[in-house]
Amino acid sequence: MAMHTIRVTVNGTPYEKQVESRLLLVHFLRDQLRLTGTHIGCDTTHCGACTVIVDGEPVKSCTVLAVQADGSEVRTVEGLEQGGKLHPIQEGFWQEHGLQCGYCTPGMMMTGVALLGRNPNPSEPEIRQAISGNLCRCTGYVNIVKSIQYAAARLR
Amino acid sequence: MAPRTTADVGGMGHSIKRKEDPRFIRGQGHYVDDIQLPGMLYLDIVRSPYAHARIKSINTERALKVPGVLAVITGETLAQYNLHWMPTLMSDTQMVLPTEKVMYQAQEVAGVIATDRYAAADGVDAVEVDYDPLPVVVDPFKALEPDAPVLRTDKKDKKDNHIFHWEVGNRQATDQAFAGADVKVQQDIYLPRIHVASIETCGCVADFDRVTGKLTVYMTTQAPHAIRTVVALVAGHVGLSEEKIRIVSPDIGGGFGGKVPVYPGYVIAIAASVVIGKPVKWIEDRMENLQADSFARDYHIKAELAATKDGTMTALRIKTVADHGYADAAANPSKFPAGLFSICTGSYDLKNAFAEVDGVYTNKPPGGIAYRCSFRVTEAVHAIERMVDVLALELKMDPAELRFKNFIPAEKFPYKSALGWEYDSGNYSGALRKAMDRIGYADLRKEQAEKRKRGELMGIGISSFTEVVGAGPSKQFDILGIKMFDSAEIRVHPTGKATARFGTKSQGQGHETTYAQIIAEELGIPAAHVEVEEGDTDTAPYGLGTYASRSTPTAGAAAAIASRKIRDKAKKIAAHLLEVSEDDLVWEPGKFSVTGAPQKSKTIQEIAFAAYTNHPPGMEAGLEAVNYYDPPNLTYPFGSYIAVVDIDRGTGAVALRRFVAVDDCGNIINPMIVEGQVHGGLTMGMAPALFEEISYDEAGNIQGGSFMDYLLPTAMETPRWETDKTVTPSPHHPLGAKGVGESATVGAPPAIANAVVDALAHLGVRHIDIPITPEKVWNILREKGVAE
Repeated sequence: MAMHTIRVTVNGTPYEKQVESRLLLVHFLRDQLRLTGTHIGCDTTHCGACTVIVDGEPVKSCTVLAVQADGSEVRTVEGLEQGGKLHPIQEGFWQEHGLQCGYCTPGMMMTGVALLGRNPNPSEPEIRQAISGNLCRCTGYVNIVKSIQYAAARLR
Repeated sequence: MAPRTTADVGGMGHSIKRKEDPRFIRGQGHYVDDIQLPGMLYLDIVRSPYAHARIKSINTERALKVPGVLAVITGETLAQYNLHWMPTLMSDTQMVLPTEKVMYQAQEVAGVIATDRYAAADGVDAVEVDYDPLPVVVDPFKALEPDAPVLRTDKKDKKDNHIFHWEVGNRQATDQAFAGADVKVQQDIYLPRIHVASIETCGCVADFDRVTGKLTVYMTTQAPHAIRTVVALVAGHVGLSEEKIRIVSPDIGGGFGGKVPVYPGYVIAIAASVVIGKPVKWIEDRMENLQADSFARDYHIKAELAATKDGTMTALRIKTVADHGYADAAANPSKFPAGLFSICTGSYDLKNAFAEVDGVYTNKPPGGIAYRCSFRVTEAVHAIERMVDVLALELKMDPAELRFKNFIPAEKFPYKSALGWEYDSGNYSGALRKAMDRIGYADLRKEQAEKRKRGELMGIGISSFTEVVGAGPSKQFDILGIKMFDSAEIRVHPTGKATARFGTKSQGQGHETTYAQIIAEELGIPAAHVEVEEGDTDTAPYGLGTYASRSTPTAGAAAAIASRKIRDKAKKIAAHLLEVSEDDLVWEPGKFSVTGAPQKSKTIQEIAFAAYTNHPPGMEAGLEAVNYYDPPNLTYPFGSYIAVVDIDRGTGAVALRRFVAVDDCGNIINPMIVEGQVHGGLTMGMAPALFEEISYDEAGNIQGGSFMDYLLPTAMETPRWETDKTVTPSPHHPLGAKGVGESATVGAPPAIANAVVDALAHLGVRHIDIPITPEKVWNILREKGVAE
């Protein structure tokens, strides 16, 4: 299997790594960089547990090759908290009981952050549309919507 | 009821923020696949493309040449250690890996061990298996026919595909009641195969230390202690002794019943680690999870309900065929092969009832587990709640009125049901009335009548369910002989902080918070100062785990009782410190004070310090207690749900416009968490009502084994749930609590199904099997000539 050198900035830290052609971005993040906050739930791009932000766009990292991220800026859940201060989306999920088992939560929050980046004042239907590619089996989404609304209010 | 403790203490009734969340929102949860041990190997599994086939040969030569592949484990490998078969939790047997034939599609055929997960997958591709296909039996009714091929040829003397017959109630009296009834209705109801599909799949890291002989297994299990005992019983002959086995259940990404059974993958990983002497990780992918892990339901129900002309229900008769697939791998208490299905008289004062269930083998994956419910309660509730609506149609009565007329009256609790349950407490009319007021039932009926005139299809559906949870009393409930108590161990440290350990295991329910609140309630130690630990069999007291809404009824009760033991000792210490008699002390959360002299008092923190520094002569030092709680009865949460649906005549799509859920789970520990549990449960109730089904073609090929076809509700389909509550405490639980995690999953499907049928009832429709897909509805609309 051919090896490639990739340069990726993850949560502000630049990395230069050797990867196999077929290595998925999610395995690069989890197994090589040991950033295990990004989860795997389906392998078929349906559940969104692996969502990370690549150059500002939410991306399902189980369906992206690590080599495709060469030259990109990647942001994962580990990059949300800054200087010991939680990101408003993290505060929102905690405050509004937007998580239960916590497994879909990182992907859900990254999708929320990406949404708020392009639409600081989303309506409830817009939030529901934005997270429709992220499955949650625990919460019934009501409190996830509230969590994103909480973050939107804090970020405005 | 106002909380007894202050917000700082955070006892029962406070919506304190969850203690587990700071790690989850930072991506610092610790799930099985996050574990990476030095030298760790990876297991991937070869699976059968056939539903029934003889294995002619397994050629591993090519696979062993794949770079990184170290070993291929087959049934023959395991047979050398007599580990190729294992018991199910229902005392049936199932293969770990086959030596002769495969019995369902996606069955485990061989395990490939490699240095990384990609190499293991390459190895799986390179294993060559030669199969000789055999006749496939998919339909359980065909499986029962006399000329059906006998599937379990491994069982000596087995001449058919029948697993068990189970019956309950008075057949004769019920038959007589039917013979003399004014009105009788009958309906076939199928509850299809579904899958819990927790977002985290199953997996483990097995780590056998050759020097110490200790096996540690990090594993996605809802019941770590039971698993430890099962491993010791199954693998004792190869030297795995229970004190040398440590099962660790780390953070779990949802369980819902799917992480109770032992799957072959766990066993292969353990065997590989023992043989190779290195840690072995196995993480199944989503398709393996949906295609091979235990399914739920698959109940073919024939239900009959009898009543007088004025609508008094007099008898219920139910006959069910249960498709268990290749093995009875349910996780029911051993005396209950059909789980708690006999709760099927529901919320109604039915004098006569009889139910029978026959379990059947077919060429499908094994199972019969719960899908977020207490052992077949969902099946029971769906049957009775659908039948009440079928009867209402027959009698031309409003379904709410029919329910009010037949509810077990509040004053009749504790109530002994015709099928033998003793309902602890309830107020069914109160819950239904509240739900009707909240949703505006009378106005909705008016709106529906007007819309019908215009040809628009709108329906209103009610479900007034009763659950039976908290298994359970040891005289009736055990799993593989182990009684279904659960446990709490609390240690109060010298500085007044506490560590508490439990035999249960949270999979998202928030135990770290709610158990801390119970201890805060009972001892006045702030919940923030109570550290809750679960899931490590080396440290936690023995318990049967978390499923069937049993944590609050069992381990929650144990937390209260253990706290009270600590309080009793604390009282003796306080009397010693204050130099008064124990009888002169009064307790309020957090301190003992002297009657009539409230300024003379000792806080629990002062008492804790004294327990280690100044304890009374003759008393043991320390402040800790353990309780193994054996509940005197089950608990019976209930509720009334009302759904409003609109049906698109062009597409047959059902839109869930509104859904009001009034739940009663007794006294509430954390209202925020209870509401969250109801939200999630409702969504997992809507899912099988409208979307989810795992079906098979005649050759036993799964139809829909990925999220492409197995549709979980997204935020788009899920409505904004409207929740409310009544509070009817359990009279026998020390906190008056009942458990809530599964009520909504149990109660929601019939409310939605009843609403859809209600929308179409004027066209002559009286039943539709779930999932009620647009295709099913559209075909009905076309048949009735109203499709657009």
